[in-house]
Amino acid sequence: MLDDKDRIFTNLYGYGDWGLKGAMARGAWDNTKGLIEKGKDWIIEEMKASGLRGRGGAGFPTGLKWSFMPKPDPLRPSYLVVNADESEPGTCKDREIMRNDPHLLIEGCMIASFAMGAHACYVYLRGEYILERERLQAAVDQAYEAGLVGKNNKNGWPFDIYVHHGAGAYICGEETALLESLEGKKGMPRLKPPFPANMGLYGCPTTVNNVESIAVAPTILRRGAAWFSSFGAKNNAGTKLFCVSGHVNTPCNVEEAMSLPFRELIDRHCGGIRGGWDNLLAVIPGGSSVPCVPAHEIIDAAMDFDTLRGLKSGLGTAAVIVLDKSTDIVRAITRISYFYKHESCGQCTPCREGTGWMWRVLTRMCEGRAQKREIDMLLEVSTQIEGHTICALGDAAAWPVQGLIRHFRHEIEKRIDDYSANPHSDTVAPLAAE
Amino acid sequence: MTKIIVDGKEVDVPAEYTLLQACEEAGAEIPRFCFHERLSIAGNCRMCLVELKGAPKPVASCAWAVKDCRPGPNGEPPSVVTKSPTVKKARNGVMEFLLINHPLDCPICDQGGECDLQDQAMAFGVDNSRYAENKRAVEDKYIGPLVRTSMNRCIHCTRCVRFTAEVAGTADMGAIGRGEDMEITTYLETAMASELQGNVADLCPVGALLPKPYAFKARPWELGKTESIDVMDALGSAIRVDVRGREVMRILPRVNEAVNEEWISDKTRQVVDGLKRQRLDRPYIRKDGRLVPATWSEAFAAIATRVKATTPARIGALAGDLASVEDMFALKSLMANLGSSNLDCRQDGTKLDPSFGRGSYIFNPTVAGLEEADAILIVGSNPRKESPVLNARILKRWRMGGVEIGLVGERADLTYSYQYLGAGAETLAELSAGKGFAEVLAKAQRPVVIVGQGALLRADGAAVLAACAKLAGSRDGWNGLAVLHTAAARVGGLDLGFVPGQGGMDAWAMTRPGALDVLFNLGADELEIAPGAFVVYQGTHGDRGAHRADVILPGATYTEKSGLYVNTEGRVQYAERANFAPGDAREDWAILRALSEVVGAKLGFDSLADLRKALYATYPHFARVDAIQGGAINIANAGALGTGAFTSAVDDFYLTNPIARASAVMAECSALAKGRLQQAAE
Amino acid sequence: MSVRRLAEEQPASFEFTPENLAWVNKQIAKYPEGRQASAVIPLLWQAQKQHNYWLPKPAIEKVAEILDMPYIRVLEIATFYTMFNLEPVGRYFIQMCGTTPCMLRGSDDIKAVLQRRVGDQRKVSADGNFAWLEVECLGACCNAPMVQINDDYYEDLSAENFEKLLDDLAAGRPVKVGSQTGRRTSEPAGKLTTLTSLYGEDGRSGPASDKTQA
Repeated sequence: MLDDKDRIFTNLYGYGDWGLKGAMARGAWDNTKGLIEKGKDWIIEEMKASGLRGRGGAGFPTGLKWSFMPKPDPLRPSYLVVNADESEPGTCKDREIMRNDPHLLIEGCMIASFAMGAHACYVYLRGEYILERERLQAAVDQAYEAGLVGKNNKNGWPFDIYVHHGAGAYICGEETALLESLEGKKGMPRLKPPFPANMGLYGCPTTVNNVESIAVAPTILRRGAAWFSSFGAKNNAGTKLFCVSGHVNTPCNVEEAMSLPFRELIDRHCGGIRGGWDNLLAVIPGGSSVPCVPAHEIIDAAMDFDTLRGLKSGLGTAAVIVLDKSTDIVRAITRISYFYKHESCGQCTPCREGTGWMWRVLTRMCEGRAQKREIDMLLEVSTQIEGHTICALGDAAAWPVQGLIRHFRHEIEKRIDDYSANPHSDTVAPLAAE
Repeated sequence: MTKIIVDGKEVDVPAEYTLLQACEEAGAEIPRFCFHERLSIAGNCRMCLVELKGAPKPVASCAWAVKDCRPGPNGEPPSVVTKSPTVKKARNGVMEFLLINHPLDCPICDQGGECDLQDQAMAFGVDNSRYAENKRAVEDKYIGPLVRTSMNRCIHCTRCVRFTAEVAGTADMGAIGRGEDMEITTYLETAMASELQGNVADLCPVGALLPKPYAFKARPWELGKTESIDVMDALGSAIRVDVRGREVMRILPRVNEAVNEEWISDKTRQVVDGLKRQRLDRPYIRKDGRLVPATWSEAFAAIATRVKATTPARIGALAGDLASVEDMFALKSLMANLGSSNLDCRQDGTKLDPSFGRGSYIFNPTVAGLEEADAILIVGSNPRKESPVLNARILKRWRMGGVEIGLVGERADLTYSYQYLGAGAETLAELSAGKGFAEVLAKAQRPVVIVGQGALLRADGAAVLAACAKLAGSRDGWNGLAVLHTAAARVGGLDLGFVPGQGGMDAWAMTRPGALDVLFNLGADELEIAPGAFVVYQGTHGDRGAHRADVILPGATYTEKSGLYVNTEGRVQYAERANFAPGDAREDWAILRALSEVVGAKLGFDSLADLRKALYATYPHFARVDAIQGGAINIANAGALGTGAFTSAVDDFYLTNPIARASAVMAECSALAKGRLQQAAE
Repeated sequence: MSVRRLAEEQPASFEFTPENLAWVNKQIAKYPEGRQASAVIPLLWQAQKQHNYWLPKPAIEKVAEILDMPYIRVLEIATFYTMFNLEPVGRYFIQMCGTTPCMLRGSDDIKAVLQRRVGDQRKVSADGNFAWLEVECLGACCNAPMVQINDDYYEDLSAENFEKLLDDLAAGRPVKVGSQTGRRTSEPAGKLTTLTSLYGEDGRSGPASDKTQA
């Protein structure tokens, strides 16, 4: 288990002072100038060496991403955009950073911006995080007042940070949709290439990073890449915020070392599975987008990118949704399917048309009001979406359904059998509000 | 040039080509819905997916540039596969998704027979449906008088949205909502404001947006299609006239990169009903103050009596805005045979004159040349009203960036931003002195000075023209003086010298009281003819000219005759006959030929071919179709600039000629544009 | 997502209050020159807040004019982003999270309470106090189930404590924002399993605990 001294988010639960004073007492803004003076190459190399992989879900190496930014051009300023549009069901970690330890994020923004030659940074929060937005803005104001950021600041890198927000659209968590939204348009993902590092915000070079990825950077640089990479398995380095929700006794956010076994994560921090380990049905280990993993496969699995990918799932945002045996698994996945239908931006055909189709078929399957051959059809529809869309939302909508069929086909078949064996009326209540 | 392998075949294409273009170069057909070469790339329909070796998943070929492809591990060219099972599966999948919520209403859909979705479903669809749910129902929207919506059919390709934002420049349309509930509409179902809105129906790959006036009128396979030229403005857009029997059913654009690309204005497209209403379909003679039907020989006899009773100096001829070169040539020849030098094709009174040289009255930089312009000055013109398609070309140039646009004249929403320099002649005088925007023009490599008829029909029109020519300056191989005409017949008329001969009267003089005894009016409906003269009106519609006529000779509209038109650039173009004139109406050259015999001034040609032979002998450039003959600018006795503001020559875009004024559709558009009509849902 | 339309009944006009107008100008200043459209979401949001949490047509047009955007572009934004309420929502607008993590923890019970007490979704209750809507994940999954009422999150709900919350709101009594079961934020209920060296097991007794906070 991770020691408190090795935790980066030392005010994760907000028992300490979120403000500048408290943050500094916990080590934030400590010799930021010194870090900056070591130069951007050092910072990027150190970030690469730390093995930090993006914490927003895709797990792309952060240092490498920073290195993609082109040389500064006065006509095309570089931007850092922080993705705080935390909307992946199951995920609620960035929220805690922004309301309880906002200065870690602000300092991270400063250093990351310096490393990629950006003088301006926009933090894009989801619209619903109103308190978090106010808190972050207050912390930004504190940092300006203390001369830590701004045109002329103590740290020697002219830097402005702006808090921006959305208004209820999961898709804006996709980096190019976020940029579109930040430009005042509908959050519809852009075609790539060109990638944001070449053509991002306002057509200028831009890097979009998750809140957690940015917020851990100052501590990594202060304590060294070797320290950070000493946690977790190879290629899965570092500490990580896990959001455990669902059927555990004490759901919580917790910072732990990567590659911690699932059983240990749950037993140590979450009071165990509701009703005991025998009552575990399945786990969605990385936010709603990843396929579920049945109990026997996950119990002793290490919680990291590579292990979970080996289980045909993923670490995603490390949002661990636990389902015990009381769960109506078909309905649970159907509700996720509804989520993707609701959040599809509508831009490209497979996702716009396919997400609704999958949800409607699943809704019938919840009751068993379907044909068994439709299970294979559903699977095929999901593969018609997967890989054919502009952004990853299509994949994200397809995977949970594929996971369900892979592991719980028998459950759907049983529903269908039960339904056809029993007399019934033909009315169906909609699963969710339309 | 970059090498790329498409289905095993190596082709060499420019690096900025998209994969879709490269595939087409290699002969591989790529299905698509959202992609349109004149609009920005949306990449949203996903129909054009291809397999790119090395890419983890299929890529949208419309959006992926050849230069973005990585070479193979040993440096071999990137390889694209368009016929693999992966590609087939992707396309079939997309097609199925497009069809699950698309109504199966092809038998009652006007797009049937020319529908991209229908065609591609034949190639990529399956013959049964696995979709057991209810289809989506979408409310139809009111978006204006020209485009009818059937939103259940919409496949959300956003071509219409991109067109209005990028080409029309009016941002009329948008997609509201999200996901499967996304809906294409205008702002709260207001009518589109663009003069190019009809094009969205052409762009729509399915039957969601259809031409409203044409709704349920015909099927594409019933129509005879004739390629022709539009005469609603002086641009000479390439059109296709679709006819069933004797009736023009619709007019569609043809591609002409040099002129209209593939857009036409709403007037060009929807003037169709005007071709059928208010038509003059038999000769009339005024008896006791009333026009009464007559036979051709009665009408000719009445004319002959009058002509023979007067002297050549008391006879004159006017040519209107829609006359073909052949018609004007025949009329001019008739006048010559009669011995009169009173003729004019400039009913608006423009001071343009053939004697100033051909360069002084054409749009020298050419329409396509606007794309090279680095500074544009607009003088006394509202190009959006005078030639909306040309205005779209200016917008296209503006959107590319790196051009400064200035305007002298009426402030108007031209869909792009410009520097407003001033209202009229005073400002032009300042510019002539080399101040302000003149410096921009002087520095420019490719300056364009667009001068409209509004500034040229004033008393100081020649001085305005001279000032504009001077501002345009001269560059090697570039003449920046761009005269924007409003009448399709005007350049042809000027080329023919259809202007007063030695001692002859011009249009203004001829229409004064007591100026003439006999006036031949070949479709000039935009001016007032004073009482007195015996007016022979030869035209197509019961418009102003017919009302002032003593004899009416029913002629043919531009779809009903074969004729030459010269557009504002000086480009000679053929308009082909698509149908026949109604009733007793005849082609105009033939009427004049027949009349000439009766009045004792027989014309020396018996067929259109003979006429053209004579025409080409005198004016060889008319034989060079689609070519532009340049010319010098030599403005003598221009006089001094006067004072006062310039106004546009076109007040109401929708009602500029007799055909348009006869059209109920144009009347509705006009009323809407004026805000008179309450905008109500269909 | 369902089809979203503007309300039938609309106010005649909308103007930002002077304070909000000053705020608007501050927002626009965050973005580079010519990029004022970036401020469209914050401006619409502020307009909505000023207008009892729903966005009327004149406000959409006002924002379009301020930002020099075509009306249709702003309407697209207002209908794309689901936080813009296009119809009146009552004094307390309850957004109930119904996505799987909340569903697993009992959002059905919360929904039943709302259905019974407030009625159908998107309908303002007879007393004008409440309207509710089932929304997608609000990002407080470790404190599921939860609702957002106007600006604030109310977490760790059960049918009982939620009923009480609604009673208190209806009666104008003060309510506690956040967890309704006494959790500070998203720590494990009961006692801390991490950061105890800083805050103690109860969070309040460690050397770093913020003594100024309750």
